Amino acid sequence: MTFITKPKLHHPKLPTNHLGFTRRDYEGAVSTLCAGCGHDSISAAIIQACFELAIEPHRIAKLSGIGCSSKTPTYFLGNSHGFNSVHGRMPSVLTGANMANRDLIYLGVSGDGDSASIGLGQFAHSIRRGVNMVYIVENNGVYGLTKGQFSATSDRGSKSKRGVPNNDEAIDLVSMALQLGATYVGRSFSGDKAQLVPLIKGALLHQGAAFIDCVSPCVAFNNHLGSTKSFDYVREHNDAVNRLDIIPERSEIVTDYEPGQTQTVTQHDGSMIRLHKLTPEYDPQDRVGAMNFLQQRYALGEIVTGLLYLDPEPRDLHAYLNTSATPFNELGEAELCPGPDALEKFNASLR
Amino acid sequence: MKATDIAEQDYFHKVVDCQWACPAHTPVPEYIRLIAAGRYADAYMINWKSNVFPGVLGRTCDRPCEPACRRGRVEEQPVAICRLKRVAADYKGDISDRLPGADVAKNGKRVACVGAGPASLTVARDLLPLGYEVVVYDGDARAGGMIRSQIPKFRLPESVIDEEVGYIADMGITPRYGEKIDSLKGLLAEDYDAIFVGSGAPRGRDLDIPGRQEAAANIHIGIDWLSSVAFGHIDKIGKRVIVLGGGNTAMDCCRSSRRLGGDEVKVVVRSGFDEMKASPWEKDDAMNEDIPILNFLVPKAFLHENGNLTGMSFDKVEAVYDEKGRRNLVPTGEPEVVIPCDDVLVAVGQENAFPWIERDAGLEFDRWNMPVVNEVTMQSTNPRVFFGGDAAFGPKNIIWAVAHGHAAAISIDRFCRGEDVTERPPHQITISSQKMGIHEWSYDNDISNDGRFKVPHADKAIALNNIKVEVELGFDDRLAYKEAERCLNCDIQTVFTPKLCIECDACVDICPMDCITFTENGEEADLRMRLMAPALNLTQDLYIADGLKTARIMAKDEDVCLHCGLCAERCPTGAWDMQKFLVDMAKAGASCNSH
Ligand SMILES: Cc1cc2nc3c(=O)[nH]c(=O)nc-3n(C[C@H](O)[C@H](O)[C@H](O)COP(=O)(O)OP(=O)(O)OC[C@H]3O[C@@H](n4cnc5c(N)ncnc54)[C@H](O)[C@@H]3O)c2cc1C
Ligand SMILES: Cc1ncc(C[n+]2csc(CCOP(=O)(O)OP(=O)(O)O)c2C)c(N)n1
Ligand code: SF4
Ligand code: SF4
Ligand code: SF4
Ligand SMILES: [Mg+2]
Repeated sequence: MTFITKPKLHHPKLPTNHLGFTRRDYEGAVSTLCAGCGHDSISAAIIQACFELAIEPHRIAKLSGIGCSSKTPTYFLGNSHGFNSVHGRMPSVLTGANMANRDLIYLGVSGDGDSASIGLGQFAHSIRRGVNMVYIVENNGVYGLTKGQFSATSDRGSKSKRGVPNNDEAIDLVSMALQLGATYVGRSFSGDKAQLVPLIKGALLHQGAAFIDCVSPCVAFNNHLGSTKSFDYVREHNDAVNRLDIIPERSEIVTDYEPGQTQTVTQHDGSMIRLHKLTPEYDPQDRVGAMNFLQQRYALGEIVTGLLYLDPEPRDLHAYLNTSATPFNELGEAELCPGPDALEKFNASLR
Repeated sequence: MKATDIAEQDYFHKVVDCQWACPAHTPVPEYIRLIAAGRYADAYMINWKSNVFPGVLGRTCDRPCEPACRRGRVEEQPVAICRLKRVAADYKGDISDRLPGADVAKNGKRVACVGAGPASLTVARDLLPLGYEVVVYDGDARAGGMIRSQIPKFRLPESVIDEEVGYIADMGITPRYGEKIDSLKGLLAEDYDAIFVGSGAPRGRDLDIPGRQEAAANIHIGIDWLSSVAFGHIDKIGKRVIVLGGGNTAMDCCRSSRRLGGDEVKVVVRSGFDEMKASPWEKDDAMNEDIPILNFLVPKAFLHENGNLTGMSFDKVEAVYDEKGRRNLVPTGEPEVVIPCDDVLVAVGQENAFPWIERDAGLEFDRWNMPVVNEVTMQSTNPRVFFGGDAAFGPKNIIWAVAHGHAAAISIDRFCRGEDVTERPPHQITISSQKMGIHEWSYDNDISNDGRFKVPHADKAIALNNIKVEVELGFDDRLAYKEAERCLNCDIQTVFTPKLCIECDACVDICPMDCITFTENGEEADLRMRLMAPALNLTQDLYIADGLKTARIMAKDEDVCLHCGLCAERCPTGAWDMQKFLVDMAKAGASCNSH
């Protein structure tokens, strides 16, 4: 653990966004994670994405469960709202918060243990309900915080640090998210910020359930030979289907890719996602095709990364439930508690 | 780009901006840490070894280190390096038992030094411990050169000069003070093995405009006037004084005048205020003493009545730049400006003069009438004669005189031993890890957020009343500690071992200054623009390392690194380490062959 605080000084040429903030203004406390932990790189990517999108920090709520990954919200967006819930329960708390105040941007940060083991049901239901959120799983294949037991996303055959193989089949959260109706699904790698940052930006702009599985090596317990979540293994088996640029609403489009290789998808809010295809046959708007592709490549031992699925016209839980367009905290007492007469009327309508 | 050879002796030295910029290459961060630790005597000795006059320089140095200081690029002001040096001198206590002493076996060689200024005294200090007999001549009665004769006592008390000149005298100089050398040939005829010329640049430029002769009684050449003040021959001046010139001599003249009866002292310069040669702090000090600086005024005439100076007239000019960007001072056509005055001090420049060196003494002079001197060896075209200080290449400053003295001493020693003077002994470099524990370093890596602290000044009324009252009081130990903590420890180098790196990005993510990038290699110009932050300061190197698994390179822009060690703290494999780079500059007596 680093004991000194990160110096306030920054590069004299550090750019500012249109709010006048530098990237450094989106940082949090100095990380207490192990030096070299992949999770820290994901925190850096979140910081970069929020800076680039010039999001006002008070418009974000970051929520997490338990685990090294779930500790990370302390290390980014120090001026945003935060809630550290119990193990595996982040999705429910996030859903509740979202129901109460739909005006915030919800960023759920979890681990593979937090989401694929104890919180699997919570994960599944928040996705299938279409909660408008960014849900990032920092996936290292182990329970890092409790010293490296295999987690449910660990690949069958992957070896522990002591050389013991994992015999259980792995849960693929990306496949589950696709099957459960997430409208923005991506996978990336903590060691590839060029891919990860725009993926997070696209998810932050997406107005539905956005899920990102980010492979994030645990340097302490899962970065050895025989692990399928080590830096070396992921670099060797990374099969990126596309790279993307996020073009926020109203910005000028600058193309630097060969025509034919790019595809531009306009999202509901007017922002555009420009995809540079690395695997030309891959179509990120074909959900069934995506599920098939993932299974085929998984069988070959490859880790498919990129923006895997996107529904540019998502609906979310508020739309399904037809909730008030005004967040609860802006409604007055009269609207929230309309009184016995209104209750009587309502009950009568159900008789 | 090619991978950086960090073993090359200058690479890390250049990262220590202050030390690199110091002509004598004083290990600045090393002594600043010792000051922070309260080890003032140790800090003093490091200085004494490098720059010979820490107490003098801690008050008067031109401080080329400070504009170079990295702190000035990451926030507003550099570390007060110079004034911290003074702290070491002020609080060191008795260090006499750490000095070499005079008890040295003589080697039978004799060296003559002409002039007892800082250049000659440095030569003496370096050669005496090797057994040389060093005979020092000076026209003045006491040693010190312009340190004693020019620099006003309110900037540099006599006791400090006496102490530090004394340390060298005590090492066994053979003094021949009060003896002016009037013939080099004569000196060459004596049995000296080598001669060092450290006679300075003793002539002040005059200003030949109408009225100069008629009003001569109240027109004084700045440096002559200052030395008369220093030696007590002059102790007053008229109420209204004009000082002509924009250099440090002019600043000393005007401030001295304020203390000797000048109530209305004005500095007048030909060009713009910003182009003045005087150091910014000297200008500040003058203005703080209610001395206005009037610019863009070209002297036209000295005005006089009945042989008495009454004032001066000036033409107003403006700076006009021609198509080549050259500046010309062009009259504005406005009416001339007349400033009444009782005395004028002319401080418009200083020149060398070698009336005592015969032109047939076997020494070549160039077309500016300066001796031809090798910039590395300080040797003239007469192999037995060496130069240094202001005498070598024109007026500079004390720290350059010291640096020349060191270089000349190396040459003289090699010359006297019959060795090739162009072959120079290598510097001694040590580099060692500062790691004490997982996140523990043997230096304080927590970066201070404080701005530069001001040195307290004596009460103005008291200071202006007595020319011997020192204006600057120096930092006390508490301020010194806080100022020392501002130093970024630039000598604690970031050393990268590519084969240990797993490219996890931890260093990139933590680095507060965006120094580190992992990227595809390229030409330097292209690479500089592709880094985490553009590397626009071309005077600062990129540290390039290859041999990574992904075949990318690690590129570190040295420019604004805080040496905070966070990269090394966050690195899981120890690929980054913080290592102290110490360079002990070669001195006379060091051997050229390393075996
Ligand atoms: C007004 C003024 C203020 C200055 N302030 C500063 C300052 O604050 N900081 C700074 O770094 N520098 C300052 N300088 C510059 C600095 O004093 C000189 O650069 C430095 O002293 C040069 O050292 P030196 O050893 O070459 O010669 P000097 O110090 O000039 O010494 C030369 C000595 O040689 C003697 N000499 C000359 N000819 C002969 C001869 N023929 N025979 C015998 N002896 C002879 C002279 O009497 C003199 O003592 C100042 C200069 C002036 C004029
Ligand atoms: C209810 C409950 N059960 C078990 C634990 C113990 N526990 C703490 S963290 C953790 C696993 C975290 O794994 P993951 O989400 O992958 O996080 P990582 O540390 O790997 O980032 C477990 C089982 C707990 N804190 N609470
Ligand atoms: S145990 Fe693993 S996951 Fe947890 S901080 Fe350390 S490296 Fe990261
Ligand atoms: S910060 Fe310290 S070490 Fe760095 S240049 Fe300035 S004085 Fe020298
Ligand atoms: S020491 Fe390392 S982390 Fe600190 S500024 Fe320099 S490169 Fe960055
Ligand atoms: Mg985990």
